[in-house]
Amino acid sequence: MKALRNYFNKIKPNFEEGGKLHAFRSVFDGFETFLFVPNDTAKKGSHIHDAMDSKRMMSIVVLALVPALLFGMYNIGYQNAAAAGKLAETSFWSLFIYGFIAVLPKLIVSYVVGLGIEFVVAQWKNEEIHEGFLVSGILIPMIIPVECPLWILAVATAFAVIFAKEIFGGTGMNIFNVALVTRAFLFFSYPTAMSGDKVWVATKSIFGLGYDLPDGYSGATSLGHALAGHADAFDMNMVWGLIPGSIGETSVIAIVIGAILLLVTGIASWKTMLSVFVGGAVMAFGFNVMGLTDNAMAMMPWYQHLVVGGFCFGAVFMATDPVTSARTETGKYIFGFLIGVMAIVIRVLNPGYPEGMMLAILLMNIFAPLMDYYVVQANISKRLKRVKSNV
Amino acid sequence: MTNVIKLRKGLDIKVKGAPTTDKVAVKSAALYALMPDDFYGVTPKVVVKPEDHVEAGGALFIDKNHPEVKFVSPVSGTVKSVTRGARRKVMNVTVLPDTEQVARDFGVQNIASMDAKSVQALLMESGLFGYFRQRPYDVVPDPSIKPRAIFVSAFDSAPLAPDFEIVLKGQETVFQAGLDALAKIAQTYLGVSVRQSSAALTAAKNVEINYFDGAHPAGLVGVQINQVAPVNKGEVVWTIGAEEVLFIGRLMTTGKVDFTRLIALTGEGTKQTGYAEVVVGAQIESFASNMELAGDAMRIISGNVLTGDQVQRDGFLGAHSTQLAVIPENADPDEPFGWIMPRFNQFSVNRSYFSWLFGKKEYSFDARIKGSERHMIMSGEYDAVFPMDILPEFLLKAIIAGNIDEMEALGIYEVAPEDFALCEFVCSSKVEVQRIVREGLDMLRDEMC
Repeated sequence: MKALRNYFNKIKPNFEEGGKLHAFRSVFDGFETFLFVPNDTAKKGSHIHDAMDSKRMMSIVVLALVPALLFGMYNIGYQNAAAAGKLAETSFWSLFIYGFIAVLPKLIVSYVVGLGIEFVVAQWKNEEIHEGFLVSGILIPMIIPVECPLWILAVATAFAVIFAKEIFGGTGMNIFNVALVTRAFLFFSYPTAMSGDKVWVATKSIFGLGYDLPDGYSGATSLGHALAGHADAFDMNMVWGLIPGSIGETSVIAIVIGAILLLVTGIASWKTMLSVFVGGAVMAFGFNVMGLTDNAMAMMPWYQHLVVGGFCFGAVFMATDPVTSARTETGKYIFGFLIGVMAIVIRVLNPGYPEGMMLAILLMNIFAPLMDYYVVQANISKRLKRVKSNV
Repeated sequence: MTNVIKLRKGLDIKVKGAPTTDKVAVKSAALYALMPDDFYGVTPKVVVKPEDHVEAGGALFIDKNHPEVKFVSPVSGTVKSVTRGARRKVMNVTVLPDTEQVARDFGVQNIASMDAKSVQALLMESGLFGYFRQRPYDVVPDPSIKPRAIFVSAFDSAPLAPDFEIVLKGQETVFQAGLDALAKIAQTYLGVSVRQSSAALTAAKNVEINYFDGAHPAGLVGVQINQVAPVNKGEVVWTIGAEEVLFIGRLMTTGKVDFTRLIALTGEGTKQTGYAEVVVGAQIESFASNMELAGDAMRIISGNVLTGDQVQRDGFLGAHSTQLAVIPENADPDEPFGWIMPRFNQFSVNRSYFSWLFGKKEYSFDARIKGSERHMIMSGEYDAVFPMDILPEFLLKAIIAGNIDEMEALGIYEVAPEDFALCEFVCSSKVEVQRIVREGLDMLRDEMC
């Protein structure tokens, strides 16, 4: 570490004002603060500070995502082998490595494109690099189907980082969840790459791993089945996650592990998270009771609604994004509840596409400031009332 | 105890170097100074020249806008210098103390026969008026406006804070005299901690006593005001430190100003922590032998670690400081991989660190910010340590946006920067919260006055 520090000290002048590598100052800063806690001491205000910073916060979220990501890799191999009917003869490791190889390029593309833009913007605005994309960068590959082409992913990531984040001023100022904007962009611009029944299962063998599936192989998600009018019966694979779906969204177990980490560290709000589930459960139960027998989605049991599709993933990792969710404590309950409700409403009542979580969260991102506004107004009018009663 | 106000929000930071109850001997200072910056909001006009002789209680500077408000020398001696900074701003007026101290005699007072006007006039003449703070704006009060109330907090809940009961011992009657004088000016409220038992506090007369139970910032007068009777737009309340009530009491009972106070010497850079008797404005050099400074490795703070000012050895003890803390400047330079290492020796309210498992363990804090400034990302961090009926994050954003109407609506009249010190401590985006609040208050004051 000492040698590394000395090396950094040696090359540092090149990146400072007037140095020949000044154009890469933000990159240097990024790496330096990644390796070493900044040595800056307090000049004004509080002399001591809590050890928490945004780097650690983002790292914990990334850590919380890892179980779901690893399971997603395994599930890609599993779905491929299952579709080929060769599950019994394929080892755990070849399933996993197949999935790993399928996901790795997506991770790389997402990070290279997103962080590349972050570096450029940070340099241009003469700021430090914001850590927000560390989380978005891993989220993006986890919420797309495995067959999504890389170039589309690159375009969508660039679009989202620039238009959903940087033009608002960077991490902390964005209105919409960046990863979800990426997904929404893909969803509406390249619907064939994002939905239907052709994209959820990897169909090609890679480096001799996995199996080539016949052309026209169709493997729809559980929600896809329900939309088509024949819902799957509930089974435990939906909880374990051995069903087709976006890469990281399928396993409830893996998501719960991440959720525990986020809740224990307090980085995600339990208020938001719980409210999403309550909202979803109430709404789905409502549809169950209504008895719309010709709508398979409405008749899907409420608990099944919560475990299939992106509901869990969205509730745990997307709705709780502190920047785009409601920021007042009361607002968080309302925000979460309405996400849950809207997600189920979209699933059940729209004839076009099966999943509603993404649109529900994006919709509530728009309304989050409004919810905060009313909570803040309540505080303000309490203060005004106090003045009047005193007069 | 009838009216106990229980505060659930807050945070007691366990910093290494809490003061023992021992008395510590310190050298008497070779130089004293009064710094106008300690009396925020005052435009000083220096009324002495170098080589002038002043008594303790003799004016060094006055408020240009209210010349009747004087700021007096804490000791008798010869004026050594008037130090000016950028744009000829007065930084301090230094006084070389006499060996034989003489104090100006204001006459022993019979408080019972005084009215608000005469008490205030005496305090302004004797230099004690400057120790008041006014809300709104957290500045030295405008003497022409009668306050709605005066608030005194009898306990300090800040990290490493001195125990006021120790300071109070032997000065109970003086304290009561001080409270009596305050009560002449306006309704006076005394905030007492449930852990305090001194009869001088729990049975104080002429004041309304409220008991507070909770972690820091329960001892902050701003929090107490908010709980008892919040400041509304158009109202003015004054606050004063409990130890400065002693100054007033001494003036009333002896006729002379006596700026001696018992301060706590704290922090891990202090050789022997405890209480030392000093006079306001003493040069820090006189404490050097009580500290382990090791070159520049240590930071000396006049005041507590959350709100105090960094001072150098040739600097001076602030007028309001009740402790002198010494903490390391940077205990772990180039600490690797802070974002993922367990960092067992670090304290955090966040549970990605393990300090929540260790309970009462004391932590070594250095002056590092331990991160870099970002936009506010986390929500609800401030709320957890801010026991006032105010939304701190939204108030800060209104200040950053320069939105005066919204600042007013969100309660900026009720706050002082120190109320936000814990918010600054816990902020994971490392926002300079106290600086922002100060700017907001100044902005509003410029607009209103």
